[in-house]
Amino acid sequence: MRPRGTGEWLAYGLLYLSIVLVTLPVAAIFFILVSRGYSAVNWEFLSSAPRMGMRAGGIFPAIMGTLLLVLGTIAIALPLGIMAAIYLSEYSSRGRLNRLIHLAIVNLAGVPSVVYGLFGLGAFVLFLKIGVSLLAGCLTLALMILPVIITASEEALQAVPQSFREASLALGATRWKTIWNVVLPSALPGILTGAILGVSRAAGETAPILFTAAAFFLPRLPRSIFDQVMALPYHLYIITTQVPNIPQKVQYGTALVLVALVLLINASAIVLRSYIRWRRSW
Amino acid sequence: MTESIRKTFDEQLSDMQQEIVCMGSMVEQMVHHAIKALSERDIELAERVIRMDDAVDDLDISIEGRCMRMLALQQPVARDLRTIGTSMKIITDLERMGDHAVDIAKLARTLAEQPLFKPIVDIPKMAAVAQKMLRESLQAFVNRDIDLVQKMVADDDAVDALYRRIYDEIVDYMEKDPGIIRQAIILLRVARFLERIADHATNIGERVIFMETGVLEELNI
Amino acid sequence: METAACIIDVNKLNFYYGKFQALKDITLCLKPHKITAFIGPSGCGKSTFLRTLNRMNDLIAGVRINGKVLIDGRNIYAPDMDVVELRRRVGMVFQRPNPFPMSIYDNVTYAPRMKGQSRGLDDLVERTLVRAALWDEVKDKLKVSALSLSGGQQQRLCIARALAADPGILLMDEPCSSLDPVSTLRIEELMQDLKSEYTIIIVTHNMQQAARVADYTGFFLSGELIEFGDSNKIFTKPDDKRTEGYITGRFG
Repeated sequence: MRPRGTGEWLAYGLLYLSIVLVTLPVAAIFFILVSRGYSAVNWEFLSSAPRMGMRAGGIFPAIMGTLLLVLGTIAIALPLGIMAAIYLSEYSSRGRLNRLIHLAIVNLAGVPSVVYGLFGLGAFVLFLKIGVSLLAGCLTLALMILPVIITASEEALQAVPQSFREASLALGATRWKTIWNVVLPSALPGILTGAILGVSRAAGETAPILFTAAAFFLPRLPRSIFDQVMALPYHLYIITTQVPNIPQKVQYGTALVLVALVLLINASAIVLRSYIRWRRSW
Repeated sequence: MTESIRKTFDEQLSDMQQEIVCMGSMVEQMVHHAIKALSERDIELAERVIRMDDAVDDLDISIEGRCMRMLALQQPVARDLRTIGTSMKIITDLERMGDHAVDIAKLARTLAEQPLFKPIVDIPKMAAVAQKMLRESLQAFVNRDIDLVQKMVADDDAVDALYRRIYDEIVDYMEKDPGIIRQAIILLRVARFLERIADHATNIGERVIFMETGVLEELNI
Repeated sequence: METAACIIDVNKLNFYYGKFQALKDITLCLKPHKITAFIGPSGCGKSTFLRTLNRMNDLIAGVRINGKVLIDGRNIYAPDMDVVELRRRVGMVFQRPNPFPMSIYDNVTYAPRMKGQSRGLDDLVERTLVRAALWDEVKDKLKVSALSLSGGQQQRLCIARALAADPGILLMDEPCSSLDPVSTLRIEELMQDLKSEYTIIIVTHNMQQAARVADYTGFFLSGELIEFGDSNKIFTKPDDKRTEGYITGRFG
């Protein structure tokens, strides 16, 4: 619908401009990453461990490490977050305690990621004596993405029409059966959105894993959850600032792989969400 | 025709129609018996006719109740509304016909105790036509048959013709022999009641046309 | 012949939303295998009353109730009453059709599955859909989403779903108010059909519907039950002037 009149054109123009400003940096980042890092990315790069002080070889352990961290984080944060959201949405009364909890969650979402890293160091690595490990990293990251998951899940649950709950209860189902069979399945797409957002953050953050999980140089896969891991974000930081003489294409290549990985994870989650939506509407 | 989605209402209408038919056939019987009591001088039969009127009155009230109920509860419109409105008027006509039959029966009772001054020939003929008209009017009601109603007009003319003939004949007799006046007047009255019965049947016919077409017109002048 | 006992016996029922009294001293006797309708202007308490019969009002915070509601002779507000069991016995159909976003089959089998039943479901589905006059229209597409049906069909599905829980009593809260006139009449005929097996209690803001369908009608006004009795009587010669005023459309 084309706008008419100068006022309309002005508004249209400004809005169009804002879209350009938003997409331009994203496009630019992609362009730079791809053009400078593309040449470094090949099968050897992706599947072998770093050698010669990371100047040669590949980033396979870091890729695996990131994947393991993401998986572990989701495994902890998703169930916990969903259960908390269910409690807040379905069971608690909307009283003062509820509002207090929401306040806490919102504040938690605003805590800087490095603070999470320090907390993880103190609580998981030192106090619980887990040590710098995959587990500690996952726990810290889980804590960090919990607010996002809880908020998105709670909204998704709230969005389920009350009429479904009423119908289910009127048919003689208990509260929990109603949630499990009707409310939760309907809220799944929304919950997955929260999970997608959470996963992106978990995959890409450096600070939380800095003190809790990441290894400087560990050219093998972790032997257990108590073992340290390499991780892409941290590895990228290392090869761009801590280790000299790394070829530029290797640095950009690593960044490219990290971005691609996050995109891949997001894409699969989005596909999953679409599939669930499709199945529900037949 | 596809099955109606107002089965309950349809059933109620059908039940009401049944009751009207029942009432009509009862009235027809009353007319038949009344004339029979007259010509066969059967006091027993005359008494029976008089008693039958109670049943007819009960049906009148019952059918009116049904109609009121349907008007209150079923919000009838168009054809349904005309049907119910028509039915309420038809039962009034039927009830009056019943009353006339009772009047004839009472006269038959009186006449039975006296010897007749002339054989009763035309009156039963007239009664037969009147009964035929009643039957046809009810048939037209049930089948919504406008053509049948039109045919009844001819019968009404026949009834009128018979009445005039009876009237002239009896007046003749009265002029010749004033002693039979009382009896003669009774017979005249019977003929008059039969003519009225035929009129009511015509009314029913007019109502049936209204029910079917929505147009109310007098059938004969 | 009114010798049947009351299937629902309400005695001096008072209901409060916080400080507001929504129902005042309601006493009545509902007969089995009959259709009873409740009419009245908006906010008169008729829907609130309906929901006290299957304790759906429990879902609202801050409600208070006193008085007795006996169903099959048991007070449903007694502390030892199993609400889940009550809601199986007393089913409910809502104003807007609310089928679950599942297949038709899964919708109908919801109640028995919640109860733990896993066998004989196919028969149950056929039986209840036949009962709800929907079988012929959906028998070839039971696995299709319930949301693909029309409004009238969805409401009949909700009726089938409620019947699948095997209730003896069916509560209907303005069941036709979001449907077109033809669907409405179909569901009214369905109600007539169902009453041979169930007791039906309906709330409607459409009094012509109450007149067409109900054996008994009750008139609510501002939380009070003004008049209750045989529908024919209520609609031809009501006792109370307020009833007459409402049904003749002089107010409301």
